Amino acid sequence: MIEFVLNGRTEKVDQVDPNLSILEWLRTKMRLTGTKEGCASGDCGACTVITGTPDPQGNIRYEAINSCISLVGGLHGKELITVEAFQQEPGHPVQRSMMEKHGAQCGFCTPGIVMSLVAFHANKEGPTPDDHRLLEALSGNLCRCTGYRPIIEAGRQALVQEWTPEPSHPAASLCGTSARPELSGIPGGSVSSGTTDGLRYDAPATLAELRELRRNFPDSRLVAGSTDLALEITQQLKALPHLISVERVDELKGCTQEGDELVIGAAATYQQFRGPLSALWPAFDPMVERLGSLQIRNRGTLGGNIANASPIGDMPPPLIALDATLVLDGPDGDRRLPLEDFFHGYKQTDLKPGEFVHSVRVPVPRANEQLYIYKVSKRLDDDISAVLGAFRLTVEDGVVADCRLAFGGMAATPARAPKAEAALKGRPWNEDSVAAAIIALADDFTPMTDVRASAAYRLQVAGNLLRRALLASDANTSETLMVTDYA
Amino acid sequence: MRKLPLNTPTPAHSARGLAGHSAKHDSAWKHVSGQARYIDDLPMPEALLHAAVGHSEQAHARILSMDLEAVRAYPGVVAVITAKDVPGHLDIGPVFPGDLVLADDIVEHIGQPLFAVAATSHEAARKAAQLAKVEYQPLHAVVTVEQALEQQLFVRPSHTQQRGEPDQALAEAPNRLKGEQHVGGQEHFYLEGQACLVEPTEDGGMFVHTSSQHPSEVQKLVAEVLGLPIHEVQAEVRRMGGGFGGKETQAAALACTAALLANVTGRPVKYRLSRPDDIVQTGKRHDFYNTYDIGFDDDGLIQGADIMVAGRCGYSPDLSDAIVDRAMFHADNAYYLDQARVVGHRCKTHTVSNTAFRGFGGPQGMMIIEQAMDDIARHLGRDPLDIRKLNLYRPGRDTTHYGQTVEQHVLTQLMDTLETTSDYRQRRAEITAYNRSSPVLKRGLALTPVKFGISFTAKHLNQAGALVHIYTDGSIVVNHGGTEMGQGLYIKIAQVVASAFQVDLERVKVTATRTDKVANTSPTAASSGSDLNGMAALDACEKILEGLVAFAAQHWSTPAEQISFSDNQVMIGGLAVPWETFIQAAYMSRIPLWSSGFYATPKIHYDPETGTGRPFLYYANGAACSEVVVDTLTGEYRVVRTDILHDVGRSLNPEIDIGQIEGGFVQGMGWLTTEELVYSDEGRLLTTGPATYKIPAVSDCPPDLRVALLPESPNREATVFHSKAVGEPPLMLGIAVWSALRDAVASVTDYRYSPPLDTPATPERVLGAVTASQQWLNQQKETA
Repeated sequence: MIEFVLNGRTEKVDQVDPNLSILEWLRTKMRLTGTKEGCASGDCGACTVITGTPDPQGNIRYEAINSCISLVGGLHGKELITVEAFQQEPGHPVQRSMMEKHGAQCGFCTPGIVMSLVAFHANKEGPTPDDHRLLEALSGNLCRCTGYRPIIEAGRQALVQEWTPEPSHPAASLCGTSARPELSGIPGGSVSSGTTDGLRYDAPATLAELRELRRNFPDSRLVAGSTDLALEITQQLKALPHLISVERVDELKGCTQEGDELVIGAAATYQQFRGPLSALWPAFDPMVERLGSLQIRNRGTLGGNIANASPIGDMPPPLIALDATLVLDGPDGDRRLPLEDFFHGYKQTDLKPGEFVHSVRVPVPRANEQLYIYKVSKRLDDDISAVLGAFRLTVEDGVVADCRLAFGGMAATPARAPKAEAALKGRPWNEDSVAAAIIALADDFTPMTDVRASAAYRLQVAGNLLRRALLASDANTSETLMVTDYA
Repeated sequence: MRKLPLNTPTPAHSARGLAGHSAKHDSAWKHVSGQARYIDDLPMPEALLHAAVGHSEQAHARILSMDLEAVRAYPGVVAVITAKDVPGHLDIGPVFPGDLVLADDIVEHIGQPLFAVAATSHEAARKAAQLAKVEYQPLHAVVTVEQALEQQLFVRPSHTQQRGEPDQALAEAPNRLKGEQHVGGQEHFYLEGQACLVEPTEDGGMFVHTSSQHPSEVQKLVAEVLGLPIHEVQAEVRRMGGGFGGKETQAAALACTAALLANVTGRPVKYRLSRPDDIVQTGKRHDFYNTYDIGFDDDGLIQGADIMVAGRCGYSPDLSDAIVDRAMFHADNAYYLDQARVVGHRCKTHTVSNTAFRGFGGPQGMMIIEQAMDDIARHLGRDPLDIRKLNLYRPGRDTTHYGQTVEQHVLTQLMDTLETTSDYRQRRAEITAYNRSSPVLKRGLALTPVKFGISFTAKHLNQAGALVHIYTDGSIVVNHGGTEMGQGLYIKIAQVVASAFQVDLERVKVTATRTDKVANTSPTAASSGSDLNGMAALDACEKILEGLVAFAAQHWSTPAEQISFSDNQVMIGGLAVPWETFIQAAYMSRIPLWSSGFYATPKIHYDPETGTGRPFLYYANGAACSEVVVDTLTGEYRVVRTDILHDVGRSLNPEIDIGQIEGGFVQGMGWLTTEELVYSDEGRLLTTGPATYKIPAVSDCPPDLRVALLPESPNREATVFHSKAVGEPPLMLGIAVWSALRDAVASVTDYRYSPPLDTPATPERVLGAVTASQQWLNQQKETA
C-alpha cells in the first residue's frame, strides 16, 4: 500500500505496479488531466508537479519534479500537489502574473510552468527577485510559443507578491502556515507493494533491510530518483519486474565532512549535495547548475549518476580528477575503491551481484590545488555534455607538481588522460606544456561521433579546455573566458 | 422562443476590449489553471480503444512479408489493420498523390506506418505494435539533397523564375562572388504531440476531435479513406497545443488511421503519438542546399544574381511544391536583385515527407541572400548593414524577380529606425575594439530585415467563412474556419466582432472550429488566420448590421444615417437604446440576428508557366538587431541582446502580436542555432526526442530583448482594420543571430574573411568557422 496526500486529501493506492509513473496515474487513473505529457522523458517539464517530502525533523521540502519519470511507489509518505489545486479564481500570484504578462499562448506547457514557478515562490528566500535563480527554476520547462520573455516577467512579478490562501486551500501547506496533519497519519518505515501478476516495489527504510533485499533478490533493479531508469519504462516500454528504492534509507542520504573527506551518500540528490560540495570545491556549482534541470536535480542522485556508468555522466569526471573514493555496500559488507577503478567499460562497473553504491568520499582541497570543471553542450540549459573536462592541478612555483585530468564524452567510460597528465607533470604550467598535453590527448582518446558531437570536435574542445584552464589560472587576468560569465 | 430572457440593460459605457486593445488570450485562465482541454484530456467515451502503428525499419524496401500474429495475440489488442483493410482511398496526399495511410508493398522511409493496432490501452497498443515480423527486400535509398540532385530525383518538377539577363549581368559586373550553404531542417516540437479522438456516428460516419490546423482536410480525407460522402464525417478543433505548420497536413494521417480502426471495431478510437513516434513519423521543416552567384558594383549594389535553392522533400510531394516556390519567392528577402534567375528543386529522398513549418520555405530561401549580403560586405571591407540598406527595395527599384511590385515601402524606415534605437554604430565601434583586446571571447552584431509575402500561393485557399449569432440576451457567438493553436486568433476575431457592434468583448464568445458550422475551410496557415477569418467575421457582422439598421430606421422612423452603434448601445437619432433592449426589439420584429460571412482575397494571381505575377496581397516587414558573444575555444555562444522593430500594420492586439514576434524570433533562432536533426547514412533519424533535439530553453532568451511595433503604419491594403499578418514573418528575424555569429567569427580575421557557417550553427559548427578563419589567417601570413 502506497499512501500519500494529493492536493490535501489522503490517497491509498494498493497493488502498485513498480512501473507506474505519477503522470500516468494522475492522467489515466485519476483523470486529473491538468498535468500534461510532452515527452515522457523528463526533458520538457509539461508534467511538472510539486512534491512535499518530510525530513527527519518534520520540515517539509517542496520541490518541482517531472511526474512523467517519477514513480508512484516513491510517493509514500509525501505530499503531491498538482495544478488542480489551483483551479479556484483568482488563483495564485503566479497564475495571475502569467495571465497579465501573456505568458501562455498554446497553453500546453503552461501548467508545468505554473507549477515550477509556484514551487519557486514557495521556496523564495527573500522578497527580492533573483533572475539567476528564476531562470534556474524554469530551466526544465520548455515553451515553444512565447520565447520565454513574458514567462520570466511573470515570474519576477509573482515573486514579489504574497500568497495567502485560506487554510482549506488544497495547497495551503506550501505557505508553511498550515502543516498537513494527514501526513503524520501515514505509517513510516519500509514499504512494499506488488501486483497480482508478480511485479514488485520495495522501499526499505534501513541499510540492513536493503542489504537483505539485495541478498534475496540480486536480479532486482535499484532505483533512486528514477531520472534515468524510468526512461527504460517510458521510452523503451520495458516492464521492470522488481524495483528496490533506496530513497527511504536515511543512511544513504547524508552529506557530511569526516576528517579531510566530504562523504556524500549515494541517495543524496544533486540539490542536497550541491551546496556542501561547492563550498569545498566552488568549481562544481556552475557545472551542477547545468546538469539536467532543477526538476532533475531535485530527484537525481549521486549514486545514480555513478552507478549507471554512462560515458557522459557529469559527476564522475570531476570526482575522478579529485581521486574520490567509492564505497560499495552489499550482502557481504562494504568495500572501498578509487572511483576511477569502478568503470570497466560502456555501462559496465565493478558492482557485484547484490552490491550497491553506498557513498562517495571526496577529499577536501589541499595547498596549491586548483580544480577546473568545464561542461560543453549544444544548449546551456538541461543538455547532456558533448565533452566535460575536469582538471585538478597542483602548481608549485609555476611547475605542475601533480595533476589529474578526467573527461566525460571522450571514451566509453569517464576516463583520465594519462599521457596528457604525463606531459604536464613536472613541467612549467605554461602554453608550451599545455600544447604538449593537447598533442598527447590524441593518444589518450579516440572519441566517437554521435548526435551530440563529432570525434574531431570532441578532441579539439578537450584540448582547448586545457587552454582555458591555463588562462583561467592566471591570477592577473581580468579577461572573461566563458560566455556564461559574460554579463 | 416563447419568452424572452429578462435583461438588465447595461448602462452606456465605452466598449471594452475592442480591436487594438491588448485583450488576454481567450483561454488565459484555463491555460494557467490546467482546465483547457486538449485531445488527450477529453472525457473518455465508453469502450474507447487506443491506436498505435508499426513502423518500417527500412528507408526504401519492398515488403516481402508481414507476420502480425504476435501483434494480434498481445493482451488487449482488439484489431489490427493493413493497407488491404482500407475500404476507400489508400492515398491521402493533400495536393498530389504519394502519401499512403498505411504502406502497401513499398516503404519509402524509416518510421513509415505499416499497420495499425487498436487496443484497450495506449501502452498495450504501443507494445503490441513492436511485435510484428517484417521481411524486406532493400532497395536503393537516397538520403541527402546532394544525392537526390546528383541522381535528379525530384518529387515535383523544378521551376525557374527569371528576370532580364542574369548571365550577362554577372559576366559584366565589376565584382562577382559565389557561395553555398546547407540550411538545416527543424522539428516542430509543438508541446502537444499529434492526437485525435474519433467516434463512430449512428449513421455509419465519424466524428473527429483533432488537433489539426486544417479540419476540413481531415474531414475530407477521413471520408475518402472510408469511402463515405464528406457530410458523414465532421471534424472539430477547439485548440492545439502548438501547431507551427506541423499540424497542417500531418494531423490527417492520424485521424484517417483512427477512423479506419473505429470503422473496423465500431468503437471510439484515440490515437496520440508518443514524442519519439511523433518526431519519427511526421514531417519537418525542409533542409535546403542553396547556392548563389552574385555580381555587384564597387559600392555593393547588386547587378545580377543566379540563385539555386534545393529542398529535401522526403519521399512524397506533400506541400513541397508550394514550399520550394515560397523559398524561391523569398530568395531576394528584402533586396532588389536586378537581373536575376532563381531556380528551385524539390528533391526526393527516402526520409519522412517534409512539410509546412512557420515560414513555409521562405526562411530557407532568405538564408542564401543574407549569406551573400555578409559575403559582399567582407569582400568590400564594408559593414554588412551598409550593404543590406543599399540593396533594399525602394521606389524605382521595387519589382521582385517574379514581377510583383513592392507598393508599401517601410523597409528603409524600419532599418534606419532600428539602427538608431539599437545604437548600432556605437556598439559596432565598441565591439570591434573589444574583439581586438579579447583573444578568447568575440562579440558579433548584425541587423537584418525581413520582407515576407502574405497570401497562400495556392490562390483558391485565400477564402474564408464565418458565422455570427446574436442571442436575445445580447450575447454573441462567432464561429469561423480558423483554428486556435495559441496564436490568439480566437480573441482577435472576437475583438473584430465586438468592434463591429461596439459592444464589450465579454459579450462575444468564439466556439470550437467545426466543419459542420463553416464548410470547406482553408488551413490556418500562411499567417492568414486573422486576415481571412477576421474579414469573413466582419462580413457577417456587416450583414447583420445592415438588417438592424433597416429595422431601426423603420421601427423608430429615423433616417438610416442617423443610426449608429457605440458604447454598448444603439444611437437612433437622439435616442440611445441599450444593446440588449435593441436586440430584443429586433427579435420581436422578426429581424435575422445571425449571418454567415465570406471573404476572398482580392488582387492576387501567379502564372507558374512564366514565373511571374502578384502572388501576395502585401508584404509584412520587420528587422532585428542581435548581439552575440562567442567562445573561440569551444564555439559556445550566447545571444546577449536583441532589438526588434516589426510592422504589423494597425495591430488588432499589440501584446498578442508582440508574443508572436518574440516567439517567432526565438523559434527562428533555435532553428539556426541549437536545433539539429541528425540522420544516419541509412536515413534513420537519430535525434528523436528532447534529450538530443534541443529547442531553445529559458536561458536562451536574450537577457536584453526589446521589441517594438512600427507605429503609424496601417496596411495600405483593405485588410481587417488595416492590420498585417504576424504569424510567420518574425521567425526570420532569427537570421540576425546567425549573421551576428558569423560577424563574431569574422573578427578573428579582422573582418577580412567571411567564414562559412552552415546551420544549425551549433557550437561545433561555430568552432569550425573559427578554425577555418584561423587557417585563412595562417595562409595569408604564409603568402605574405
